Amino acid sequence: MSATDVSNRTATDSPASYDLPRTVRFGSLLLVVAALVVFPLVFTNPTITSVGVFAMIYLLAVSGWNIFSGYSGYIALGHALFFGIGQYSSAMLTSRFKIPAGWDLFALLPVAGAIAGLAAVPIGWMLLRVRKHTFIVLTIAVMFIFQLLAFNLRSWTGGSQGMQLPFPTWSGAYFNEPFYYIGLLAAAIALVTSWWVRRSKFGLGLLAIRDDEDRARSLGVRTTRTKLVAFAISAVFVGAAGAIYAPFIGSVFPQFAFDPSFDLALAVMAFTGGLGTLIGPALGALVIGSLQQYFLLQFGGANVFLIVYGLLFVLILRLLPQGIVPSIAARWRQWVTYRARNTPSTGVPPDSAPDVGRPFDVVLNQGGSA
Amino acid sequence: MSAPQPLLDVREIEVRYGAIRALKGVSFSVGAGEVVALLGANGAGKTTTQKTVSGMLRPVAGTIEFEGRRIDGTPAHKLVDLGICHVPEGRHVFPRMTVAENLDMGAFRFKQPDPADLERVLELFPRLKERYGQHSGTLSGGEQQMLAIGRALMGKPRLLLLDEPSMGLAPLIVAQIFDIVREINRSGVTVLLVEQNASQALSLADRGYVLETGDIVLEGAGRDLLADERVRAAYLGEEIAAS
Repeated sequence: MSATDVSNRTATDSPASYDLPRTVRFGSLLLVVAALVVFPLVFTNPTITSVGVFAMIYLLAVSGWNIFSGYSGYIALGHALFFGIGQYSSAMLTSRFKIPAGWDLFALLPVAGAIAGLAAVPIGWMLLRVRKHTFIVLTIAVMFIFQLLAFNLRSWTGGSQGMQLPFPTWSGAYFNEPFYYIGLLAAAIALVTSWWVRRSKFGLGLLAIRDDEDRARSLGVRTTRTKLVAFAISAVFVGAAGAIYAPFIGSVFPQFAFDPSFDLALAVMAFTGGLGTLIGPALGALVIGSLQQYFLLQFGGANVFLIVYGLLFVLILRLLPQGIVPSIAARWRQWVTYRARNTPSTGVPPDSAPDVGRPFDVVLNQGGSA
Repeated sequence: MSAPQPLLDVREIEVRYGAIRALKGVSFSVGAGEVVALLGANGAGKTTTQKTVSGMLRPVAGTIEFEGRRIDGTPAHKLVDLGICHVPEGRHVFPRMTVAENLDMGAFRFKQPDPADLERVLELFPRLKERYGQHSGTLSGGEQQMLAIGRALMGKPRLLLLDEPSMGLAPLIVAQIFDIVREINRSGVTVLLVEQNASQALSLADRGYVLETGDIVLEGAGRDLLADERVRAAYLGEEIAAS
């Protein structure tokens, strides 16, 4: 969460710890995990559990996305590309290898993730030759190129006819639950990976790239390789999310597999929760992912959720410009500082909360030009 | 045996920004253990010279040798491995990373930071210890300068390139920083210092060079330059009047 010690190798005493007490952190984490695990057991209504499945898919995808875009500051608006690759991988593999539609479907998850990750290497190698603003535009473009490919490579993808996936063999009485729990498990893996990256030297390099890419490079960060590896890792998780989504929906179509609103959804969720924090994007996915699906179900395909989306985003930018998690963290720091100032025994109180800046300032005003 | 070879030997380097000749054949040397100052007005070529030494710019002519090895045209991140650490003008700390993380970045070329280096940096700059968990963007200018120097020290420099460490800082902080640079030099680190603050720089430097529009026009021991009438007139006149 907050960016304190990268490792515990230094025994330096800082005057006031900014972190929430350990018990609070672990306690709330346990509480959230427990809530997510029992959720489908309590709310058994299939409409509600299907909302849960979508939330898990977004949770997985945005946690993966954040490993690259959140930490490196390179906002990718084309990760639907990997979501689509994951969906088509799942569909093609099941039809080509006549995979029975039981639990075997989920064995395809790592395969689809690997395919998306491998595809990310040449794509990232091309895209990452440019810096931030240009990168954003190019990611969108490449996403649409893949959508066009899916439309036109008919012998592989079925073109606009799409592809059908076999109906799962497990009982319709608990159709959603397996998707939900697999999504939760995969999302947990993505979050643990993200946590590990954040604490590693590799992650330190990513953060340095976000703050000042040229300086990072001159200090010995292999910037191209670092960005590319993070890009591929994020693609693996987004691809795996696609491989949950496809069998859940039962069909794959180019315009829904490579869907620009999915790109936006990831960014909105991450910004809402707190870009580049570990749990911020996850929180954003849970809140917005569920809301979006709920509105879709309540008001049908009228895209009412897009209006709600817009309102929500405006509200977040007005009230919590840095996202939920950093805003709370800043409040907490202010309180710690206030407490430190009013207890004279502790040394020098730290200054005011760090200037994290507004999210778009952070994205757009750093590093060189393209 | 010949005379001891300088640590850094710059010969007749010429650097261009497009059609503009920023350096017109600059030569100087820095001996091991020395503090050498490059002085001059704005646009004289001080920063350009230092950026060329640190590998950020490539000379179109001339040679740079570090311990007898040609390094001109070698990119910056490879020079870090030789122990040439650059503290750029305007500090360039990583604003949204903590002081701790910034210091770790200085040791990025190593597998992991040396705890002894960290201890030493925090001893030299107690302020950094107080601010250890804070985002460096919240530090004052002086603290950021300390952090930039501390970060460079984490890379175990043999040659430390300091570009305008006094820029924009209060006189008291400047004096503090120059004291620390002296202490760093005493511990065996060679320093190449670029400064506009000529009196501070020359009282610290063993030797100095004065640059004017891309040429070295004067060189000598720090003490001598400080006493030199031309230097006093050109670079110290205002300062004496002001302080």
